[in-house]
Amino acid sequence: MTGRALRRHITSRVMTVLVIALSFTAVLALVLILGNLVLKGASSIDWAFFTKSPVPAGQSGGGVANAIVGTGIIVGVAALIGVPLGVGAGIYLAEYGSGRLGFLVRFVADVLNGTPSIVIGIVGWTFIVKPSGHFSALAGSVALAILMIPMLARTTEEMVRLVPHSLREAALALGYPRWRTSLKIVARTALGGIVTGCLVGIARIAGETAPLLFTALGNLNFSVHVTQPMQALSLQIYVYATGPFEDWHRLAWASALVLMGLVLIISLLARWVTRQRYGSIR
Amino acid sequence: MSSASPLPRSPTLLGADRSDRIYRSLLTAIAFALPGLIVIILGVLFIEALPALKRFGPSFLWTSTWDPVAEVYGAAPMIFGTFASSLLALLIAVPLALSVAIFLTEFSPRWLRQPVAFLVELLAAIPSVVYGTWGIFVLIPFLRAHVVPPLKAVFGWTPFLQGVFYGNSLLAGGIILAIMIVPYIAAVSREVLLAVPTSQREAALAMGATRWEAVRSAVLPYGRAGLIGAVILGLGRALGETMAVTMLIGNRHDIALSLLQPAYTMAAAIANEFSEATTGMYQSALMEVGLILFVLTVAVNAVARILIWRVARGAAVGSKAL
Amino acid sequence: MVASANTRLQLETAHLTALFGQHRAVRDVSLLFPAHTVTAIIGPSGCGKSTLLRCLNRMHELTPGASVTGEVLLDDVNIYAGDVSPIELRRRVGMVFQRPTPFPTMSIYDNVAAGLRVNGRRPRAEMDDAVARALQQAALWDEVKDRLHASALDLSGGQQQRLCIARAVAPQPEILLLDEPTASLDPAGTQRIEELCHALKRLYTIVIVTHNMQQAARVSDYTAFMYLGSLIEVGRTDELFTKPKLEQTEAYITGRFG
Repeated sequence: MTGRALRRHITSRVMTVLVIALSFTAVLALVLILGNLVLKGASSIDWAFFTKSPVPAGQSGGGVANAIVGTGIIVGVAALIGVPLGVGAGIYLAEYGSGRLGFLVRFVADVLNGTPSIVIGIVGWTFIVKPSGHFSALAGSVALAILMIPMLARTTEEMVRLVPHSLREAALALGYPRWRTSLKIVARTALGGIVTGCLVGIARIAGETAPLLFTALGNLNFSVHVTQPMQALSLQIYVYATGPFEDWHRLAWASALVLMGLVLIISLLARWVTRQRYGSIR
Repeated sequence: MSSASPLPRSPTLLGADRSDRIYRSLLTAIAFALPGLIVIILGVLFIEALPALKRFGPSFLWTSTWDPVAEVYGAAPMIFGTFASSLLALLIAVPLALSVAIFLTEFSPRWLRQPVAFLVELLAAIPSVVYGTWGIFVLIPFLRAHVVPPLKAVFGWTPFLQGVFYGNSLLAGGIILAIMIVPYIAAVSREVLLAVPTSQREAALAMGATRWEAVRSAVLPYGRAGLIGAVILGLGRALGETMAVTMLIGNRHDIALSLLQPAYTMAAAIANEFSEATTGMYQSALMEVGLILFVLTVAVNAVARILIWRVARGAAVGSKAL
Repeated sequence: MVASANTRLQLETAHLTALFGQHRAVRDVSLLFPAHTVTAIIGPSGCGKSTLLRCLNRMHELTPGASVTGEVLLDDVNIYAGDVSPIELRRRVGMVFQRPTPFPTMSIYDNVAAGLRVNGRRPRAEMDDAVARALQQAALWDEVKDRLHASALDLSGGQQQRLCIARAVAPQPEILLLDEPTASLDPAGTQRIEELCHALKRLYTIVIVTHNMQQAARVSDYTAFMYLGSLIEVGRTDELFTKPKLEQTEAYITGRFG
């Protein structure tokens, strides 16, 4: 081997090893975070954690039942608002989005996808909390829905576009109106992918904190009224983790584990749905 | 056969397709909620920020006083902190994220691709507030014990490592941001690299290039615009990231060069102070911070998207990860 | 005027020109498709035969930039007249495509019923009868009668194509358009579809596009030869293949170009 070839060979080796080493560093970070979460969180979880509401500061015990239920309600209402709008916009992009207006919508969706969630939070505050005069879970849901829509629009569009054009033609040739072709044949065929997109979107907003700070606000008590302030797991973690009490820190870890578990379950569900879809279309 | 045909059919070919028009109008209306949304957000922020805009003018951007009692506001420290923490994060995250992307598309054995990609996806799914919690209780103690002392020993003479390590600091905020944006940049870069045609690689390999040379001379140049887009997308994330940074950066209105000192970001300031902002001017100043942050991230994202679209031809690259 | 399948229904084109933007894919074609016959349209790739077929049920206009001049008369009604609904039209003119297009989310039964359901709800028993009848017409009944609710994707390619024929004939259209229906099938599957053409012309007026001249000779009563968008020659199939009037036609059917 000449010197030049040898040097090339060594450079290649070194860079390859470097790339692999850095990749594993990145993955290691995840393993560390998840490991800490499980170790510190699991030791703090007991039955009361799931069934009780928080006790006053300084006392020990108590749980986050109110926050778990609150996250469920806030995210559920957000999905009720966000899913129809996001999926609808996605179908629009796939069906009619080839022109300049479609380009605009697509571009705006991509740009909005990266909007800081705190900004959505203060806009939600201005729009709903300020005029109504009080904080409410509903305001939080609206803020989360706004975060969800652009993302759903793009994933839905992608999934609908995967449906072969020939299916659309077959339906139209049978005398299906376009709307029925679009919903009953095209969107129905892409349903698995659309559901996956929705679940991924829900998993993402379930962990959001910033948009809820000035909308849902948080609530020490158990509440299921969407027009009132409501606690959410993410808000609870923020308060506990930044608070001064040892017992709060314990609860913060436990809540973080539960929130992460929730997000993980929804994500895994999304993957499972995807697999089902490929099973049926082949 | 035909005599036994009871199927009613429409007697003529006539008929309007009104339902189609309704369907299309409905979808169009929904889709236009998106551009509408951006206009509304801008409008709301602008109107709410108007008192502060009028009172402080452009000097809001470069003055450093933030005094709610005297009602004097200048956002320079948080603008500085936003950029400083984001750049620090990019510095750490870009080599890691690009390595992951290159590893996954070029070097990884087939069986390892899915698991690693899944782990990276998972990293993106961890909520910001969970990163913050981990940062407070694990990262900061670790930095204090194992990272800052050796760093100070070697680079202590530079202006970047002056002073006592506070724990909550630019360093902690930057590192947590880095960990958070690695999966975004990695996911988008991976999709960009996947979009590079195999023929590009094969052409380089056929000319006798080593695998690394094929990556460096054929794959990376082909996807360059998209990779830059991915990095800028990561920057956009870092600029607007709120909770983890709020929990770790120290939240002090100060411009300090030292990474060990507390700092502030625009997003953290809003998260931290908005509920305390009882006077109209205070609130308006924070709204102006929000406006600056929004315009900044929209611009950054727009640039990133244009770059990525050039490579991926309009596909929703990374929209699953984001 | 309730059209039933045994009216002497006529389909014809009059000076039909189909365009993609400025490009004229079909040029001034006037052609009569006699009732209860099989008419084959042949010609080399890109001669406009598929486009002509897609004009007959107004599928052509779904392509962005596509347009049509001239007339297509279905029972003396111009289907391109302003007040004609393409949706109503397509319910009376069935179509089968090159590749099988079963709806992947539907069972065999639901696929066949799809075209019926879009016309409005019907009693269950009536629907069952209609589905069974369509599957029998498509010569698929014996193979699927025990698994009507299995996924349509479980069928072989040839079976899927016959399923698509069943789906097209279930609403009892008057015209059946076949766009190279055997292009993706093996010889056995092809033979079954060809046999079906013979059986089905009793019930429907069939127009079949094919690039396979043997197939045209086997299944059709009339054959139209197209080249570069124009109709070159049309006549009874046996006459056109044995003594073509024009040299171009002869050159094509003897395999000298195309």
